[in-house]
Amino acid sequence: MHLDHPDAYPHRHTYSAAHPLRGDGSRRALRIGLGGPVGSGKTATVAALCRELRDRVSIAVVTNDIYTREDAEFLLRNAVLPPERITAVETGACPHTAIRDDISANLEAVEDLEEAVGPLDLILVESGGDNLTATFSKGLVDAQIFVIDVAGGDDIPRKGGPGVTTADLLVVNKTDLAPYVGADLEGMARDAKAQRGDLPVAFTSLAAEGGVGPVADWVRAQLAAWTAGPR
Amino acid sequence: MAVGEAIPPTASRAALLVLADGRFPAGGHAHSGGAEAAVKAGRVRDAGTLEAFCRGRLHTAGLTAAGLAAAAAAGLDPLALDEAADARTPSPALRAAARRLGRQLTRAVRATWPSPELDALAAARPRGAHQPIVLGLAARAAGLTPLDAAYAAVYESVSGPATAVVRLLGLDPFDATGVLARLAPELDAVAARAADAARGGLDALPAGAAPLLDIMAEVHAAWPVRLFAT
Ligand SMILES: Nc1nc2c(ncn2[C@@H]2O[C@H](COP(=O)(O)OP(=O)(O)O)[C@@H](O)[C@H]2O)c(=O)[nH]1
Ligand SMILES: [Mg+2]
Repeated sequence: MHLDHPDAYPHRHTYSAAHPLRGDGSRRALRIGLGGPVGSGKTATVAALCRELRDRVSIAVVTNDIYTREDAEFLLRNAVLPPERITAVETGACPHTAIRDDISANLEAVEDLEEAVGPLDLILVESGGDNLTATFSKGLVDAQIFVIDVAGGDDIPRKGGPGVTTADLLVVNKTDLAPYVGADLEGMARDAKAQRGDLPVAFTSLAAEGGVGPVADWVRAQLAAWTAGPR
Repeated sequence: MAVGEAIPPTASRAALLVLADGRFPAGGHAHSGGAEAAVKAGRVRDAGTLEAFCRGRLHTAGLTAAGLAAAAAAGLDPLALDEAADARTPSPALRAAARRLGRQLTRAVRATWPSPELDALAAARPRGAHQPIVLGLAARAAGLTPLDAAYAAVYESVSGPATAVVRLLGLDPFDATGVLARLAPELDAVAARAADAARGGLDALPAGAAPLLDIMAEVHAAWPVRLFAT
C-alpha cells in the first residue's frame, strides 16, 4: 500500500533536525540553548537578548519550564517578543531529558515556530534549570550557553561538570552581588580558564543597563558565522 | 540523510526491545498516563493502588491502543485506523496528546526504521496521527509482527504510569517494577486478545473505555501547575 516514489516526500530529508538547511536550500534559524542552575538568570538573559537583538534579528524562544509556564509568562508579561514567538514545552519532571535524551517535543516546538512566524534567524531554547550536568543535545541546538551566578557559590567553575567545562559560552551572572556574597570574581575567572581552556567566559550583571552586552556580542558573532556557513 | 541509508527491516525480536524501551526518544517521558491526576486525587498512594490503576488502564485504554497498533502493523489502512482512534478517544485533551505523541514517535521512527508507509502517513497527518497507529507502522517497518506491536502498546500503557509514580510519590522503584512484573501475565493476555481482534478487521477492534481516566484527563489539562503533560 502507498508505496510512493521516495522523491515525492522531500521532507523526509529533515529526519536530522541538526541539518543546517531548510527544504528550499536556505540556512535555517540558528538555535542556541541556555542551560544552568535554577535562578542563575537564564530567563533574564533571554529577555535581555531579545530586547537587544529583536530590531535586527527575527527571534523566537522555546522555554522548558519544570512544572509551570512561569518562564514563558515572564517573557510574555515583559513583552520582550509577541506571544506567537514564545512556546513552552512540558518536560514531565525531567527537564534535562527534554533537552538531551529525548528532544522530540523541543524539535516540534522549534519547527512549529518556524512554520508559524518564520523565516527566523535565531531560536533561543531555555532549559528548565537543572543541575550542573545538564547539557543540550547537538540534535537540538547549534551552540549552548551555560549560565551560573556568583551567588550560587564561587567554587562552581572549579568543580567543573559538563556545562561549565564544555558550553560554547560560560556566563557568570549577577556580578553586582559579588561584594555581598563574598564571591572572588578573579578566582572564578582563573578556575573557568583552567576548566575551559580557550572557550569564552562572560561576566555579566543584568541588573545594570546594557549588562547583557558581552552575551549579545557573542550571539551576534555566532549568527554571523552561521549565516556565512556552507549551503 | 539519503533514503538509501535506510536500515532494512530486521525481522528481529530485539527490535521490539528497542521500540518498547522507555528511553526510546519519542516524548513518552513527559506523560504520566493519568497517574498524576490519580495521585492528586488520592487514588494512587502506594504499590497496591498503583497496581490497581495500571490494571484498569491496561484492560481499557491499553487494550484499545494495542488493537489499533496491531491492526496498523497488520497493514490495515492507517487513515481509517486514525479515525477509529478518534472515535475511541472521547477526551479532547487525550486526543490532542495522542496526536502529539504520534508526531513525536513519527520523527523518531523515520530516523530509526524509515518506511514509505510512515512517510505517507506523516504527509497525510502532518500534525500527527494517533500514537498507537504510528507504533504499529513502526513495528511493521522494523520487521515485527502485529502481536509485537500489541506488546509494545500494552507495555507502554502500564510502564508510563509506573515510572511517573516513582517520580511523583517517591515510590520505591523496586516496588514499582514489581508491579509491572506481576502484571506480566495479564500483559500477555491483553496483547494476544488485541492481536486476535486485529485479524477481524477495523470493525472488530476493541473499544475499551475508562471514563474516569477521560474525565480526569480533562481536569488535569486545566491545572495551572503540573509535572506531566497528561
Ligand atoms: N542582582 C541580580 N539579580 C539578577 C541578575 N540576573 C537575574 N537576576 C534575578 O535573579 C532571579 C532569577 O532569574 P531568572 O532569570 O528567572 O533565573 P533562571 O531560573 O535561570 O531563568 C530573578 O529574580 C532575576 O531578576 C543580575 O545580574 N543581578
Ligand atoms: Mg528561567
